[in-house]
Amino acid sequence: MKDLVKKLTVIAFAFSAVSAASAVELSILIDNNPDTVALTQALTLAYSKKHPDVKFEMELRPGGAEGDNIVKTRLATGEMADVFIYNSGSLLQALRPSRTLEPINDIANFSNILSSFTSTVSDKKGNVYAVPAQTAMGGGILYNKRLYKELGLKVPMTWKEFMANCAIIAAKSKAAPIAQTYRDSWTSQLIVLADYYNVQSEQPNFADDYTNNKAKFATTPSALRGFEKLQQVSEAGYFNDYYGAATYNDGLNMVATGKAAHYPMLTFAIPAININTPDQINDVGFFAQPGDDASKNGLTVWMPNAFYLPKEGDHKDIAKDFLSYVATVDACNTITNAIGANGPYLIKGCTLPDNVFPAVKDMLPYFQVEGRTAPALEFLSPIKGPMLEQLTVEVGSSIRTAKSAAELYDQDVEKQAKQLNLPNW
Amino acid sequence: MKSSRSYPYWFILPSGLIYLVLFLVPTVTAFWFSLTQWDLFETRFIGLENYSQFFQEPFLITGAVNTVVFGAVTSIAKSILGLLLAVLLTSGLLGQSFLRTLIFFPVLVSTVGIGIAFTEIMHPARGMINVGLSYLGIHGPAWLIDPHLALFSVALVDVWKGVGLATLIYIAGLATISSDYYEAARIDGATKLQMFFRITVPLVRPATVTVVTLSLISGLRSFDLIWAMTKGGPGFSSDVLASVIYKQYQAGFYGLSTAGNIILFVLVALIVVPLTYWFNRREVDL
Repeated sequence: MKDLVKKLTVIAFAFSAVSAASAVELSILIDNNPDTVALTQALTLAYSKKHPDVKFEMELRPGGAEGDNIVKTRLATGEMADVFIYNSGSLLQALRPSRTLEPINDIANFSNILSSFTSTVSDKKGNVYAVPAQTAMGGGILYNKRLYKELGLKVPMTWKEFMANCAIIAAKSKAAPIAQTYRDSWTSQLIVLADYYNVQSEQPNFADDYTNNKAKFATTPSALRGFEKLQQVSEAGYFNDYYGAATYNDGLNMVATGKAAHYPMLTFAIPAININTPDQINDVGFFAQPGDDASKNGLTVWMPNAFYLPKEGDHKDIAKDFLSYVATVDACNTITNAIGANGPYLIKGCTLPDNVFPAVKDMLPYFQVEGRTAPALEFLSPIKGPMLEQLTVEVGSSIRTAKSAAELYDQDVEKQAKQLNLPNW
Repeated sequence: MKSSRSYPYWFILPSGLIYLVLFLVPTVTAFWFSLTQWDLFETRFIGLENYSQFFQEPFLITGAVNTVVFGAVTSIAKSILGLLLAVLLTSGLLGQSFLRTLIFFPVLVSTVGIGIAFTEIMHPARGMINVGLSYLGIHGPAWLIDPHLALFSVALVDVWKGVGLATLIYIAGLATISSDYYEAARIDGATKLQMFFRITVPLVRPATVTVVTLSLISGLRSFDLIWAMTKGGPGFSSDVLASVIYKQYQAGFYGLSTAGNIILFVLVALIVVPLTYWFNRREVDL
């Protein structure tokens, strides 16, 4: 029904467009995250100002697995909007990009896009399919700076130091050392996923071997370590009360107000903290999830969602021109004005304003030294098992051991690999 | 010979077309897709691999056991509670028809809405139930968080939601029992309890058959309430077959989840068909 209404409005718009001038209307399908809506509004408005003959019609969809299925269905039935926003990395590969999407290597500002990003949205033939819609993100640990100062703690460089900090917090304050929020079960995966910098620093070939069915989580000690860390903090009793019923927003509020000292999370949460608890945003800091060796401390990086074009678009040339605009410094500044900057941009020449939030500032040094960042595994391998979040809930709730969860996860990814028809599986 | 058909072809053609397009074609294509690897963009025939993959699913056993437990617990509870409530609501209470309407209310409310509401009501710290219990000095359980309890907490809500329908069927069933039986029993000096177990329970059997069959079928394929309340969690502890299948669908394993649906269909048929047969035979015996 909703779709019918949508179609009717599109038709109505098309008629009015014809009667007005030769204006073109681009439809654009985005997820309903408030940041995505705000930045898309700002970008389309800025573009229409330069090209008054181009109008946009935004269409919202839910996020998560439900949204994935909407995107897949609309691509499969040839009903995709002219432009759409979707994840980069392993989720993109499930869309069969070389079959369903339009390469954008020929847009005017293509060379502005950093190769660290294009490598996560391309196929084997070198076709690139997207322009980043936001900044890169870090996956690590949000922490309460006020609490750290009161207790005289230092940002930990090793996992051992991190555990020592947690012990002090548990003994000397009322705060929970670590916030966990399993009502939103996806949040339970962070300790495992954000450990990937440490995995690759010990096992540089892990991603390739894993994709080729040669390396497994359960039998690679450095990869198993992420699951073990989760088990360790769970067994130590470092979580907030009733963490099984707590939500993502509870977690953000706890770390901002100091009810919890740490919250393992992606830095995309920073704007949400600023909306929920603007008075506390300056109390929130960020550090990478430490490994076992202080000399190899670095950050696991997530690539942002991006703008894609379907292969059968009606207004490909105009859509490409819009994507080309998104790959400019002007567009970066438009995004910063709309939602603030949450990390480094992936477009050449884009800079951050001086007044970014402390948690963002904490993240930047990692990017300034070569080798202190590594992409998360889902940007290096097309395989990500769907069961991980339930398994990490089980490890975090002490229902299952790290080893058993890793073994089940290895079994789980097999389905994904077979579905993608990867060799060696 | 006279044709046994009572309607001409042109009359049954429209409904026949609807049946063909909306029921027959999807069922046949579902069987086909369950034999393929399907990512919505292309299909590849892989024989019975989806079925073998589905049976290797690590949480299939948990899901299957939970499905049967959930179906059994809710249908037994609904029929016992439904009968008792029906007896109560036919006993000539003041405002009886108002009370009958009241018990049917939860049946009409959206399941997902109920699920979301009860997730809050059952919150271990701030939920209404545990706050209430704490006034009595009882430390309430972690209803949906405790892996051993989660499924039963959902079952409890499902019984509350569905018992109105069971009661209604029983009220209709009780009305068919002739008052002569009770009169005769009274003259013979039977107690109320004897009358309940010797007259009401056996004679209301057709209603029991309907209630058990209906609630068992809905229990075995129940999904919406579980998904709204626990998403099969914590971990996999309240997963049922339907939620296992839904998660496979969400993950984009379309062929695999179609195979799972066919298995669920067979399982429900395997349980419900013999049960209905058994009930119906018993009815004839009576």
